[in-house]
Amino acid sequence: MSVIETKELMYTYPGATNSSIQNVSITINKGDFVILTGPSGCGKTTLCRCFNGLIPHFYNGTLEGEIVVAGLNVVDHKIYEFARHVGLVFQNPENQLFALSVEKDVAFGLENVAMPRDEMRKRVDWALKITGISELAERAPDELSGGQQQRVAIASVLAMQPDIMILDEPTSFLDPLGAQTIFEVINEFNKKLGITIILVEHRLDLAAKYANRVIVMDDGKIALSGSPKEIFTSEEARLIGVGIPKTTKLYQHLLQRGIKLRDVPVTPDQAAKFLREVLMHD
Amino acid sequence: MIEVKNLHFTYSTGIEALNGINLTIDDGEFLAVMGQNGAGKTTLVKHFNGLLKPTTGEVLVDGISTRELSVAKLARNVGFVFQNPDHQLFSETVEDEIAFALKNFGFEENVIKKQVDWALNLLDIVQYRKTSPFMLSGGERKRVALASILAWDPKVVILDEPTIGQDHQQKEKLQQFILQLNAQKKTVVVVTHDVEFVAECNPRVLVMNEGKILSEGLAEKILTNKELIEQASIVPPQITQIFLELIDLGLPTDVIDVHEATKILLDRLRKNS
Amino acid sequence: MSVFEGFKFRTVTSIIHKLDPRIKFFFVTVLFVMAILFNTLPALIVLFFIPLPFVFLAKVNRQWLRSLRGAVFLAVFIFATNFIIGYFYPTQSTEIVGSVDTLVEYIIILERSTAMTLRFVVLIASFSIFFLTTSPDHLGLALQQSHIPYEFCFAFTTAVRFVPVLADEAQTIMDAQKARGLELERGNFLKRVRNYIPILIPLIVNAIRRSLELAEAMESRAWGASEKRTNLYVLKLKRADYILAAVSVLMLTIAIFIWIYIPIPSLTQLLSL
Repeated sequence: MSVIETKELMYTYPGATNSSIQNVSITINKGDFVILTGPSGCGKTTLCRCFNGLIPHFYNGTLEGEIVVAGLNVVDHKIYEFARHVGLVFQNPENQLFALSVEKDVAFGLENVAMPRDEMRKRVDWALKITGISELAERAPDELSGGQQQRVAIASVLAMQPDIMILDEPTSFLDPLGAQTIFEVINEFNKKLGITIILVEHRLDLAAKYANRVIVMDDGKIALSGSPKEIFTSEEARLIGVGIPKTTKLYQHLLQRGIKLRDVPVTPDQAAKFLREVLMHD
Repeated sequence: MIEVKNLHFTYSTGIEALNGINLTIDDGEFLAVMGQNGAGKTTLVKHFNGLLKPTTGEVLVDGISTRELSVAKLARNVGFVFQNPDHQLFSETVEDEIAFALKNFGFEENVIKKQVDWALNLLDIVQYRKTSPFMLSGGERKRVALASILAWDPKVVILDEPTIGQDHQQKEKLQQFILQLNAQKKTVVVVTHDVEFVAECNPRVLVMNEGKILSEGLAEKILTNKELIEQASIVPPQITQIFLELIDLGLPTDVIDVHEATKILLDRLRKNS
Repeated sequence: MSVFEGFKFRTVTSIIHKLDPRIKFFFVTVLFVMAILFNTLPALIVLFFIPLPFVFLAKVNRQWLRSLRGAVFLAVFIFATNFIIGYFYPTQSTEIVGSVDTLVEYIIILERSTAMTLRFVVLIASFSIFFLTTSPDHLGLALQQSHIPYEFCFAFTTAVRFVPVLADEAQTIMDAQKARGLELERGNFLKRVRNYIPILIPLIVNAIRRSLELAEAMESRAWGASEKRTNLYVLKLKRADYILAAVSVLMLTIAIFIWIYIPIPSLTQLLSL
């Protein structure tokens, strides 16, 4: 069942001469965990903004083609109508937190839709618990680390109980451990709550193991789409400049020398397992 | 040469950021300072150009204590590239931006012109000479910031988290660039938490935790030391993770490079058969 | 910055902190009115002591004193002005006695100036307690429940939320430019003002960028979805609030009664000079 469908989508920012995305036709299905990647400027951020209505309603400009998200045509509905279905988490944690306490921030979206207080309280506590930050409920945002702030932003979006969550390079400012925590949290959302995830990332080595699909964009267009294994072993992906995880590179080097592992490893654990088989075999 | 002697530093808020650092960085060295966010990495390197002065202890740059020199004087020899280029860009044109520091240091007009040309070429941004820095993309702004620091050719270059927000190709270019700087006998200090980046550059590595130096040494010894990386909350490079898993097979564990890993595995397979 | 420390909210809890901001504000306004009504020293001394128990109950002694310390400069100015004016423009009481040369006249003018200064101090003292014991959150909530449009309340709390962030950013920008040789302390007045351009421009540009990102985040979380917003927190008046409100009304009534019917003698009159 598709939750997002676009057909030959094209968008030009106001005042720009070239379009930022062209001819984008993709289908995202319920329960997908998609990694959206590609070199800087390839249009991934622009595409994400189309998924919740920021484009065209906030940014104006010219949007052509069709785009339907959660059954709603993006052009015909206001941004706040999408907030219930699509949550968008941005790169900089600091600029997504506007309240003076964590739980107030998490409640922000719910306050906007005029949810009754009792229900709101339950929803806020739930969102904090699932994101693992219940003990931070009454803290002020500037007392928190970057990783904690980003989890608050995620909890704020989760509180709206969207079907789809889009995260635009959420771990840019975090150290690897912080990044891992974020990926584990959103993986929980995907596997346990059935939320469709679209993750824009460069750090494929950390995120790859959770995804069932990788979409590579280049120069405003969709260049490749497939499973992580397919994309990581694709020559075209390498040429576009996608950061192939070292694990897969090792597999490829060995393959070149005639050693084939059971399957393409995407994580170090998998690689170790496959290597062990080959090393013990002889 | 930079010498750090028993450096303690406490912020005015009372936070003890550095608890007794002893360190020597020789001319021409390439050093990576690693550790969790909050370990004290940036606090430490801000002492090298005098932005922070020791609470107790001493920091000597070429034999002179940083307490005795202003930041501007120290900056003449120690260039500091901040994490976010938007914290320094303010000029009308890229040219002016690059010339800013040169003017501050009192260089002559003709020298300024020469250095600006050189820096523009070095960072491959000649076509943006007359462009406003605010019109450029994120990656281009980073290059302008870098150019504006290198313009006065400092002996020491400090880069604070240079790989943040960069895509794979940008990181590769940056890597080449940093190695080039070091090849030109500059002292390069990089504060980073990007293990794969460090694994590829293979510099001397300093690991910090809670304001202290946990350990230091070659990248392949530091990044493969299981207890150390656990203590410092660092994620080891993927290749290292694989070899640590296979430790019971008697394979070496101080491997961080893909090519070396391939060779080791091929050798073992040949031996087996 | 130290005078502002005396007004910055601290995350401490006490009975005073838990009081409804609207009632606290009413109380402080009553003190303000009383300070205006009375201009004799004994009355103002009494008024000065009224906030003291609140300071102790709220455990904000040190910060409160700091706000008073910050007010010292202005207080001295007020004292000096009043004294000088009193000296050159004698009022009735001094005229009755004759010229302004006797010790008694000096004492009268001294007393009046002290009273004026004390009035100012009482004002600062009362409002300081208000801000020290009221979190910006509560204040924003109070504004909202006082039917001020949500946009303004939101602007208020967001501004307060970002003040420390902007302050940090300003510091980082200053560091970045200092590291390029910018010397803020040097030069004549005009040059010093120009030196702040490389600090202000990035600050302003980043503030604009930040507000754009904030707007995106707000829109993405259903801003504007409904005409009437609900609220996670609500301010409910509790018993302590009613007590304080009653006390304030009582104080005001007594004060007005005294003001109309009972003339309070000045200190000099009390000492029958």
